[in-house]
Amino acid sequence: MSRLRRFLRTPEAIAGASILALLVVMALAAPLLFPGDPQAIAGPALLPPFQDWSLPLGTDRLGRDVLAELFHGAHTSLAVGLAAAAAALLIGAVVGTLAGFAGGLADEVLMRITDAFQTVPGFLLALAFVSIVGPSLGVVVAAIALSAWTGPARVARAEVLSIRERDYVAGARVIGMHPLEIAFREVLPNALPPVLALSSVIVAAAILTEAALSFLGLGDPNRVTWGGMIAEGRTVLRTAPFLSIVPGIALVLTVLGVYLAGEGLVESTATRGSLS
Amino acid sequence: MTRALTILRRRLVGSVFVLLIVVIGSFLLLEAAPGDAVDAYIVSTGGDAGMIELLRHRWGLDQSELTRLANYLWALLHFDLGQSVTFSRPIRDVILERLPTTLLLMGSATALSFGLGSALGIYAGAAPGSLRDRFLSIGSLALYAVPGFWLGLVLIVFFAVDLRWLPIGGIETIASAKTGLARAADIATHLVLPVSALGFIYLALYLRMMRAGMAEAWRQDFVLAARARGLPRRRIVLAHVARNALLPLVTMLGLQSAQMLGGSVVIESVFAVPGLGRLAQEAVAGRDTPLLLGIILVSAVLVIVINLLVDLTYAFLDPRVGAGEASA
Repeated sequence: MSRLRRFLRTPEAIAGASILALLVVMALAAPLLFPGDPQAIAGPALLPPFQDWSLPLGTDRLGRDVLAELFHGAHTSLAVGLAAAAAALLIGAVVGTLAGFAGGLADEVLMRITDAFQTVPGFLLALAFVSIVGPSLGVVVAAIALSAWTGPARVARAEVLSIRERDYVAGARVIGMHPLEIAFREVLPNALPPVLALSSVIVAAAILTEAALSFLGLGDPNRVTWGGMIAEGRTVLRTAPFLSIVPGIALVLTVLGVYLAGEGLVESTATRGSLS
Repeated sequence: MTRALTILRRRLVGSVFVLLIVVIGSFLLLEAAPGDAVDAYIVSTGGDAGMIELLRHRWGLDQSELTRLANYLWALLHFDLGQSVTFSRPIRDVILERLPTTLLLMGSATALSFGLGSALGIYAGAAPGSLRDRFLSIGSLALYAVPGFWLGLVLIVFFAVDLRWLPIGGIETIASAKTGLARAADIATHLVLPVSALGFIYLALYLRMMRAGMAEAWRQDFVLAARARGLPRRRIVLAHVARNALLPLVTMLGLQSAQMLGGSVVIESVFAVPGLGRLAQEAVAGRDTPLLLGIILVSAVLVIVINLLVDLTYAFLDPRVGAGEASA
């Protein structure tokens, strides 16, 4: 409880946590409040917002309910963002731990591969990956993870380099533990905190990358995404700009919420560290 | 001069390995793509099974994977990126045609974000914790949360559709037959919106870095010494605090170049700017995998070159960099 209170000390953290909570509620409530296919026609096309209270945010070019799409889009954005970030952190932590713990040639090879991934623009890589393998939710998650694991890998490696000299690692060697067991059971868990501190930045980047991919038409065609909604609205930008603007505002608020909550989290843990 | 050469040599050796990995990676992606160059060719020209067999043999596609990788590398060494299916032209020529536009867009956006971002960062970092600092910190965070393509659309709605101040897209007025300065001015007005959309996102990054670096520098002894000497506050802020916070921003310029290239893909397609990013989108739309991978390779080379230039600038700004290796 006190941990939560410590986290919710700054107004920024409260704002971030409230936005994220609202979003999670939206994502979970989407199938309950708007059952059925959000891509189905619900009314006349291009109905402006706040005119018909059964369709509060109006309809798009094809007569689909914008509010229902917004709710279902929250689900996709959150699911893809969290899954891709988790995958990126996992790959990064494993690669970083292996490189840092093994050292020598393995370290050299793994870090050059990391360099190569950092040299190629991440978005281009994700774009190529999705366009070659074909757009589906899983492929989009993999593509985003592929372009985001290098940061965590570098941080994990740096942390492992200092941890592997500790006495308890030497102790584990003495009792004859297998090096891989030491790396993943003794070293990796202790190297995780600084890696996890990156998570808010990575979740935010993943949500933005997913939005950009689906804006370019490379999202899962069977899912409503905010990026796809913006692209849809773009075709009628002159006459109905709200169709692009509304999902964009949802995106900005989401990413802002992730950043603010992340800053609050880092601050609360930093203070605890300095007190002890 | 020897310092520059040392840095150059060390970076080039590393870059060769990195590029080799990128090439092998893109070769594997090319292999994973459904269909090959012959399939793509046959789709547009037509032909029977015997023709396909003949072409596969002639283009070396019936050989083992290792041989094909060797052929691919050999062609790359001669700057041959293969043939584009959608454009029916050598990929190298198509890319070189589009590259200057993207460089212009990226260069202008970088100048905007770096210049304005560090200036606002100095303004915020001059008084850490003040009201304006808090305001700028929150504002930059909000700006950093904005997707570039959406900012581009909003700018279009306001400045091109409602106010009609600026053109809605493209790089210059089509068939205007403008030359010299008139043409430059025309291109500049077309670039205002895309450069803003791309630059404003990264502005936040430089602002935050500058501010954080200055907040750190205020606690250093040399700032205390400068204050004790009774230097004017303005001079302390600019010559002592901001100056020391500026160096990491230069490194960020290089690190950011890859991200900005990625960002220009969406921005260019929003504003119909005929650059490398839009070419990537056209390659995706036309299922032109070799072209897409050619763009990735050229981007990787571009990122390496930019980082090399940044390293050299850094060495010029900070005499300690590379000095150790040069004397050893």
